[in-house]
Amino acid sequence: MISNLNVLDMTLLVWLGSLGAGLLGALTGLGGGVVLVPMLTLLFGVDIRYAIGASLVSVIATSSGAAAAYVKEGFTNIRVGMLLEVATTVGALAGASLGSVLSGAVVAVILGVTLVYSAYLSTRPQHAVSQDAPPDALACSLKLNGCYPAAEGWRAYNVYCVPGGFGVMFVAGTLSGLLGIGSGAVKVLAMDTIMRIPFKVSTTTSNFMIGVTAAASAGVYLNRGYIDPGLALPVMLGVLIGSVAGTRVLARARTRTLRVLFGVVIFFLGIQMIYKGLAGGI
Amino acid sequence: MESQRDSEQLDQLIGNLLLIGVIVSGAVAAIGGAFYLVDYAFTPADYHVFHGEPAALKSVGGIVSAALSMNSQGIIQLGLLLLIATPVARVVLSIVAFALQRDLLYVGITLIVLAVLAFSLLSGGV
Repeated sequence: MISNLNVLDMTLLVWLGSLGAGLLGALTGLGGGVVLVPMLTLLFGVDIRYAIGASLVSVIATSSGAAAAYVKEGFTNIRVGMLLEVATTVGALAGASLGSVLSGAVVAVILGVTLVYSAYLSTRPQHAVSQDAPPDALACSLKLNGCYPAAEGWRAYNVYCVPGGFGVMFVAGTLSGLLGIGSGAVKVLAMDTIMRIPFKVSTTTSNFMIGVTAAASAGVYLNRGYIDPGLALPVMLGVLIGSVAGTRVLARARTRTLRVLFGVVIFFLGIQMIYKGLAGGI
Repeated sequence: MESQRDSEQLDQLIGNLLLIGVIVSGAVAAIGGAFYLVDYAFTPADYHVFHGEPAALKSVGGIVSAALSMNSQGIIQLGLLLLIATPVARVVLSIVAFALQRDLLYVGITLIVLAVLAFSLLSGGV
């Protein structure tokens, strides 16, 4: 653990670490937020509450920055996003409130389990979703079916199993509020596997929702004094610049190997968070 | 399918709003950060123990008045507050857009999301 730093060194090191996290998060599509809290707590010895506050702020920045581009391209389904945001924001509020009641050690263990699960998801191949079933009545009355730009023009798609997706989104929101992460992996899982939304639409819509979800819990954390300006600033600027740079090189990089490597790093960080939480190191 | 594409202009507007929000809030926070480093660069960094932020840095009113009095941490916090406000502004814009499309169902759904956000920011949750 790095300790006894002055503010200048701490700011520079945290900025560099966050830059790396943002870069890898964007390159692998796993999001940088997921490694920020372990990095700040395990490497820099930051109290987990400050770490979660700083991470949450950076999640809003990267989500908004990336969503700006995706929304313009027309992949994002704004109705699906808005409907599911009811579930994620209420979940985020619940998660953030829960976070101020639970001890840091319990939060560390939950974060560790989430990291291990994210690492597992990163090894899962992305499969095409089946669109064969007839349109879902609830999805039709909620006007959720949409279309997205494909090589041959606009391609229409249906949305299925809205209540199931809504329920998993509540869980995603709770995790986001409790742990200060975007929980994009759980959001994509809900939209892709349960609601059978095409991958490109589910990833961009998930990104669109992450900012609003994180804003709901950031309000709680701000009011509770978890968001420290001196720590949140280098984290936010580092992750933001790193993820913008990562998105730029994404088009030409081979990311499969990197994704597996980052998955392994996340797995070990998860194990260490669980261990520290149980052993009383947090 | 036509009706889905009415929202193309709206998509552009929302995209621009998000981009401007991130750039402006990042710039404000970075300016505050420069002042903060001038003030505190060689003092020890202590985040090991949780103290919680002082009242002036954890409420909307407190942050605005700290920033106006040129307190460096207050200026950073104002930038972070603008960043948190960016998705909120996006939700407000969506309400207007759904209202223009006479889509009352989604005006209602979006109002619920806005109410949750307002509750969180102004009261600090439950």
